[in-house]
Amino acid sequence: MNFLRYTVSRLFWSIFVILGVVFVVFLVSNVIPSDPAALWVGPKATHSAIQAAREKLKLDRPILVRFGHFLKDLLRFDLGTSIRTHRPVIEDIRKALTATFELLLVAECIAIGLGIPLGVLAAVKRNRWFDNLSRIFAVAGVSLPSFWYGMILQLLFFKWLGVLPLSDRIDTFVSLIYPFEEKTGFYLIDTLLARNYVAFFDVIKHLILPAITLAAYPVGLITRQVRSMMVEVLQENYIRTAFAYAIPERKIYFGYALKNAIAPAMVTVALSFAYTLVGAFLVELIFNWPGLGRYAANAILSMDYPAVVGVTIVASVCYVFINFVVDLIQAKIDPRIRF
Amino acid sequence: MKNRLARLSLTIVSTFVLLALIAPWIVPYRDQALGEPNVAERLLPPSLKHPFGTDHMGRDILSRMIYGARTSLFTAVSVVFLSALIGVPIGIAAGYAGGFLDNVLMRFTDVFLSFPPLLLALLIASTLGKGLFNAILALVITWWPWYARLVRSQALSIKSLAYVEAARAAGVSHFVIMFKHILPGCVAPLAVQCTMDMGSAILEAAALSFLGLGVQPPAPDWGLMISEGKAYFLNYWWVPTFPGVFMLLLVMAFNLLGDVFRELVDPRLRRRMLI
Repeated sequence: MNFLRYTVSRLFWSIFVILGVVFVVFLVSNVIPSDPAALWVGPKATHSAIQAAREKLKLDRPILVRFGHFLKDLLRFDLGTSIRTHRPVIEDIRKALTATFELLLVAECIAIGLGIPLGVLAAVKRNRWFDNLSRIFAVAGVSLPSFWYGMILQLLFFKWLGVLPLSDRIDTFVSLIYPFEEKTGFYLIDTLLARNYVAFFDVIKHLILPAITLAAYPVGLITRQVRSMMVEVLQENYIRTAFAYAIPERKIYFGYALKNAIAPAMVTVALSFAYTLVGAFLVELIFNWPGLGRYAANAILSMDYPAVVGVTIVASVCYVFINFVVDLIQAKIDPRIRF
Repeated sequence: MKNRLARLSLTIVSTFVLLALIAPWIVPYRDQALGEPNVAERLLPPSLKHPFGTDHMGRDILSRMIYGARTSLFTAVSVVFLSALIGVPIGIAAGYAGGFLDNVLMRFTDVFLSFPPLLLALLIASTLGKGLFNAILALVITWWPWYARLVRSQALSIKSLAYVEAARAAGVSHFVIMFKHILPGCVAPLAVQCTMDMGSAILEAAALSFLGLGVQPPAPDWGLMISEGKAYFLNYWWVPTFPGVFMLLLVMAFNLLGDVFRELVDPRLRRRMLI
């Protein structure tokens, strides 16, 4: 089998998994003990209003029929209407998703920019103090409770040093005085497109703390992975040959060795996207970031079950997609994987 | 140095276990630790009387932190133990039987593994309702597939070893082969996985508590203490800070221990990532 056929078979498998995910989510959400219809109409509703809502939300049909409807709606990208906001869930999620992705991408850039050099240096200085320091650093990264770490950063940089804003995506005054059009939903890009540099720098300032908080986990992950890959590569013969030719050390480490260590590490990088996506849920709550996590938390607190289901499905689809990409990368770079 | 790190982590873990065991006898304010409010001493900064200060109900934070070790360790041990209890037999059965049963079981676990773990736990915990036991249950439901996967791959490689084939040729029953001959071979990687998962379990349970789905007030729990501190931390920094330090120390100790174990047992073992 060739790579294309492998891709297609993985794609089919991913679709099957997504169907399974959707079914599990649907089942779980249908054993919610509280009554969604009562929530829909609000606290002062009459009995008949609740009945009407029950019919409108199709809660009076058998479960399998409802699952059929649910799937049909899903194919039209209709996730239902949020009980809390009374807006289409897909609209809410689309808005929240770009905010989450912007945070995620910046955090991943920090993680890659920090994790790869740290991992390379740790491998080069194997078993010396730098290696151990980076081990402690990396393990601390994956051990930090993000919601706590975020608060500590807020204390340090907002309360005590007073250099960075506490929360939100942009300062309300800045967005009022220097408004910009939301074309892409990514504020960094939108403000640049509008050549609105005041807003641009304000957006950056708001991004720093949540991005650092979110990056802690992938930094640890990538550092450890790059280190172990580098340690293996550095024992290869061609590296010894390069040393014998007196090629500058930096060129050997970051040129020759890293090139071969980076491919397997890419898998970790891609995987860390998936983990960071969910990590963002907690970080967003701390920093009042208007993304998927904050939306989900509010939905859970108010028993807004279409929204909860919607977020779970969208996040799981992203997760399955990332894993699909990881599989492809792995198959491309590791010839031992049989197509 | 590596050994020193391992020894240090082991010391930290045992200290916390000891603290959890003897908590009722050593905490300075036992009633407050269990939730008794003390409004006369609200939000006092750290002092000799209250080394880590008091919280928004005037309770001694140190006492509650020591009791919190109980909750954290209990949660972590239950999640890891129950997940292994479900995952190990399934994994061994799938790996040993192979063929159709293996396919069915693994496709089933694949669907579970396709969820972001914390997200599925969130969904389940929010449908089951608040509370520590529901949180543990939610985490177990999301975790057992990892153990099934790990054990299956071990079982797959062990079942083709000569001694297993010899046992089969001698007419030993499948059940005995699975649990007497294959299971012992899975113990080492399983132990590594469990050690590392202890840290993750503590973090995820704390995350659920933080979202209001896990331990309920006034019970002493680090995640809950951090969550309660969120409303006060800008002016009363000590409220969430110290419980978080305890949590970081314990989780780090478990992770370092797992990291060192892993290199001893099998450097190629893929690390299971949390959250």
